[in-house]
Amino acid sequence: MSITYNFAYLDEQTKRMIRRAILKAIAIPGYQVPFASREMPMPYGWGTGGVQVTAAILGPQDVLKVIDQGADDTTNAVSIRRFFETTAGVRTTTHTGEATVIQTRHRIPELTLQAGQTLVYQVPIPEPLRFLEPRETETRTLHALADYGLMHVKLYEDIAHHGHIATTYAYPVTVAGRYVMDPSPIPKFDNPKMHNSAALQLFGAGREKRIYAIPPYTTVVPLDFEDHPFEPTRFGQPCDLCASTTSYLDEVVLDDRGKRMFVCSDTDHCEERRSAGHRGRLLGSAPEALGVGPRS
Amino acid sequence: MYVAVKGGEKAIDAAHALLKHVRRGDTSIADLSVAQIREQLALAVDRVMGEGSLFDPDLAALAIKQARGDLIEAAFLVRAFRTTLPRFGASEPIDTADMEIERRISATFKDLPGGQVLGPTFDYTHRLIDFLLEAGVAPPAPPQAPVPVQAASPRVTDLLAGDDLIEQSPVGAPGQDVGDLTRDPLNFPAGRDLRLQNLARGDEGFLLALGYSTQRGYGRTHPFAGEIRFGSVELELFVEDLGFDVPLGDIDVTECQMINQFKGSHSEAPRFTRGYGLVFGQAERKAMAMALVDRALRARELGEIPEGNQAAPAQDEEFVLSHSDNIQSTGFVEHLKLPHYVDFQAELVLLRRLQAERAAQQSGQDASVQPVREAAE
Repeated sequence: MSITYNFAYLDEQTKRMIRRAILKAIAIPGYQVPFASREMPMPYGWGTGGVQVTAAILGPQDVLKVIDQGADDTTNAVSIRRFFETTAGVRTTTHTGEATVIQTRHRIPELTLQAGQTLVYQVPIPEPLRFLEPRETETRTLHALADYGLMHVKLYEDIAHHGHIATTYAYPVTVAGRYVMDPSPIPKFDNPKMHNSAALQLFGAGREKRIYAIPPYTTVVPLDFEDHPFEPTRFGQPCDLCASTTSYLDEVVLDDRGKRMFVCSDTDHCEERRSAGHRGRLLGSAPEALGVGPRS
Repeated sequence: MYVAVKGGEKAIDAAHALLKHVRRGDTSIADLSVAQIREQLALAVDRVMGEGSLFDPDLAALAIKQARGDLIEAAFLVRAFRTTLPRFGASEPIDTADMEIERRISATFKDLPGGQVLGPTFDYTHRLIDFLLEAGVAPPAPPQAPVPVQAASPRVTDLLAGDDLIEQSPVGAPGQDVGDLTRDPLNFPAGRDLRLQNLARGDEGFLLALGYSTQRGYGRTHPFAGEIRFGSVELELFVEDLGFDVPLGDIDVTECQMINQFKGSHSEAPRFTRGYGLVFGQAERKAMAMALVDRALRARELGEIPEGNQAAPAQDEEFVLSHSDNIQSTGFVEHLKLPHYVDFQAELVLLRRLQAERAAQQSGQDASVQPVREAAE
């Protein structure tokens, strides 16, 4: 049995259906558009929504970058990048600046995205109100009425219990002053990057069959209170490899006696800085698995 | 070493090569052919066709081989193949009354037109391991039926409907499109066409547990197994250009019709109600569970949930239909294996900050005057 698949795997009718959903999503920023999500040859929850969005917008001229946890070489990013190398034959890159389409899970690249670039997010649970109200029929009504009291009560209760809003990732935002949206499980550190971004941001949830979007130059405001304003997570130390003080850091456990090192989660950002001559505290002694070597 | 997820490209290749090697097992043992799986693990093939939602015994058998006998993985392979196939149209409704019957039983009538046909069944076997099977003893020749199975066996529910003892089946709407949940997102409330589609490809274990729960009082429906039949039916497609139905071939299906508690009202005489199950291949447990759950999901339609009362799990359409699909369930549960260290890091930072604030408060400092800054800041 020999099967040949269409460019970027999906058939053209399916791509058209997904593009219509994307256009609607762009027209109503932050609104979750139901779409007829297909079964993909990778498991639900592993990026099928993002993969379908990418497949629908990808053209032969595009340059694709795929990251997971900010890194190009995490297993699932490798798997998805390969999927498009095989099915679409497009050029792929690890350089953020070079990519026209970036599919991501859990991060926004540190490098500011430019007009003409599209960031495609993989979304597990698109509904920001889901853990407050499990029923889709209810949450759709709440969105229709812009009734987001539940969410504010939740954030208030966090402050009452912990003194802080205890949501550190998937931090809800208001898009274009109307819909409350789940930014996917990116750390709240990344939330400010969504605001007025020059890039188009598309969100695909395959299992839940929803697509939503933030068009370029759209206001994206994290929910907060006047006396408890939104605060992005800050790291009080630089990356141990490239000395960046502004990037999101992963913690790497070095031994069982509490020794840790902190490294950029965005591997491209870290590499670019190192090749520009920046050196972190532990650059010479990093574990081999971090793959810190001369740039290929 | 978990850090090895970095630079994982080689690791993935190696893992997949190892999987292929391990799948084959000990090479001194003969390789299992797809035909052997199709013929000798036929019920596994049936389950994979049902949950994979594609009638193709050879493909399902191959998927089982590739998946090392993991039936959910096999169904997933079949689904991912199915989704790429073009849709030429929808077949005419199959006529199960016209089924070439291999098995047909009714728990509601001792005898009925067409008779009770036990067929190949585990029912009434003693579940003793058969060591002769291991010794390779040839099976007996198939026994001949004392009387030939009647070609036409009317459905039990049709017999009851003839006496107006059971609710009429919803009238068919020829020409009206049947929903397709693989082509349109499922919205709630879902029509019965979509509900039955969802249940037909739903996970056998999930439906079994839900059906069981209705028998134990969580949305009780007083069911009788009106009829269970298994056999082959002909598929026909109406071809516009030709102007008539063209036979496409035969498929094996199991159908279960549950007869459930009756209700009446001022305007309507009491009648039995129906729950319906239909599955590819011989899959009796699944068809019965499906029929129980289908009926339980009609609770609201039939006014069985008093105002203000909470529905039982099996009566809750959104709960059942959103969680019945094992391909979706397994994907999302297993995605927890993917790295989450970015989000985990964000939680660590907050947790350390909360702990530091607490420690500061306990040591007598006034945390509100001198706010503790974020951990590692």
